[in-house]
Amino acid sequence: MRLRPLQAGGGIRHDWEEIMKVEQISVFLENKAGRLAEVTKVLGEAKINIRALSLADTTDFGILRLIVDQYDKAREVLKQHGFTVGKTEVVAIEVPDRPGGLAWVLQILSESDINVEYMYAFVQHSGKNAVIIFRFDNLEKAIELLQKQGVRIYTGEEVYRL
Amino acid sequence: MIFNEEFETLPREALEAIQLRRLKALCERLYALVPFYRRKFDEAGLKPGDIRSLKDLPRLPFTTKQDLRDNYPFGLFAVPMEQVVRIHASSGTTGKPTVVGYTQRDIKTWSELIARTLAAAGVQRGDIVHNAYGYGLFTGGLGFHYGIEYLGASVIPVSGGNTRRQIMLLQDFGPTVITCTPSFSLHLYDVAKDMGVDFAKLRLRVGICGAEPWSEAMRQEIERKLGIDALDIYGLSEVMGPGVSVECLEAKNGLHMFEDHFLPEIIDPDTLEPLPPGQLGELVITTLTKEAFPVLRYRTRDISMLNPEPCKCGRTLVRMGRIQGRSDDMLIIRGVNVFPSQIEAVLMEVQGVEPHYQIVVDRVGQMDTLEVRVEVDEAAFSDEVRQLQHLEKKIEHNIKDYLGVSAKVRLVEPRSIPRSEGKAQRVIDNRKK
Ligand SMILES: [Zn+2]
Repeated sequence: MRLRPLQAGGGIRHDWEEIMKVEQISVFLENKAGRLAEVTKVLGEAKINIRALSLADTTDFGILRLIVDQYDKAREVLKQHGFTVGKTEVVAIEVPDRPGGLAWVLQILSESDINVEYMYAFVQHSGKNAVIIFRFDNLEKAIELLQKQGVRIYTGEEVYRL
Repeated sequence: MIFNEEFETLPREALEAIQLRRLKALCERLYALVPFYRRKFDEAGLKPGDIRSLKDLPRLPFTTKQDLRDNYPFGLFAVPMEQVVRIHASSGTTGKPTVVGYTQRDIKTWSELIARTLAAAGVQRGDIVHNAYGYGLFTGGLGFHYGIEYLGASVIPVSGGNTRRQIMLLQDFGPTVITCTPSFSLHLYDVAKDMGVDFAKLRLRVGICGAEPWSEAMRQEIERKLGIDALDIYGLSEVMGPGVSVECLEAKNGLHMFEDHFLPEIIDPDTLEPLPPGQLGELVITTLTKEAFPVLRYRTRDISMLNPEPCKCGRTLVRMGRIQGRSDDMLIIRGVNVFPSQIEAVLMEVQGVEPHYQIVVDRVGQMDTLEVRVEVDEAAFSDEVRQLQHLEKKIEHNIKDYLGVSAKVRLVEPRSIPRSEGKAQRVIDNRKK
């Protein structure tokens, strides 16, 4: 599917930044067998689709990060099943599917002193390009900067339907 | 307000002189009148006359709850039954209860100490006291009752139970003071709320709460919900009942022990050696003036500490810290005494909430290992690994800092620590005994 490019213009820029934030659910998991499967089962039974997923783990515990199509419902069912869940705002960025595509985006960020806390790839591609989820230390500044440089950012609504 | 200005503000030297005189007399009486103590003195090769200074106190034998059971019911009484005017007993969860007795003078002393307790809470003649401690064999109800009358305030002897009627009396009689367990005060609040009764509209001003361990967080909850000052009181039937020590309204920081009647010590529950002020250990109490049922170095099993610093209320009496748990819960890890309550305090400080945790002790080779499992709630959770690792490190660091023992902290999922009857099993000790 082709997505309509978004242009930010002067006075309404702040609103655009709000729209461009993507709500990510994070789930605390102990590092033991079956916990990840339990989360996907709970979400599956509630007819919630996982759009993107990443697991960061240590020897003791892991943090599962999820982008789903129904944020509120996912949060509710996970809490009902006794999971500790958190909410984080992230940004979904289209990275050109060519050599150096990701490097170009990272270069823009590092030149402006914006730190990437973590990033992970989206399950689906958009057309020929990859979609990557970014967590920044300064979300607003990152969005503003990337837009100025012409980097394609998806709105929350686009991402949930992707 | 100080009820007995003379005895509650004595200079340390004068107080110690009184304590020594009373301790010597106690030893003489116990040796002459109670066969159990005579045997204990003989076994230790001690004569009452060997006690020449308060520093000799650690030479004296201890008394334990088991000693009380072994001498059931009246074997440790130091007066003939004709002089005993009151009997109380503690509810023994297993087997026989422990029985205590009082002479007329004991009842008068006890009443005065309750009057001192009430005065420390700002209670005076003209106040109405809603006394919701249980009346009966338990010392709480009657102990307070006599003391309230002794002070000259009005007592409503409502005892425990029938919460809805208690709410009615709180509205209609307008008591200004409530005496009850901390948990009952919160229960009253909940029931009142159900009945549509607003605690803020009641005349209650202060609560004197005890008979069960409670926390500073619970004090804040009671004070906020009931709109009162809530003070901690300590006592146990084996020593007298309520009124052994109490917090003052001025400082609300530690319980003043009435040292002209009780001689407190803190000991290491493992080595039984005395510990210096400020150190956490088992509270041991010697009754200095009790006639019918005196005890020598009674091991309370309660964990506390003593603070001899002067208090802004003007009392010179030592303050004992809020009870931190039972000495039976003490763990010895690599030679260091550790109380679960200390670990709980560290977690509470780091997390800012009542923590759910479990302590797992094991032995690898000759080395004790200590693992603290902490449930991660939403407040503590972060979606960044290093934040959670930082939390682990911070708890580990504080445990090392405050307890002097290194621990491995492991974050676990909520409700993963098994709970029995709603309470989590706090300690698992896998070491071979
Ligand atoms: Zn004081």
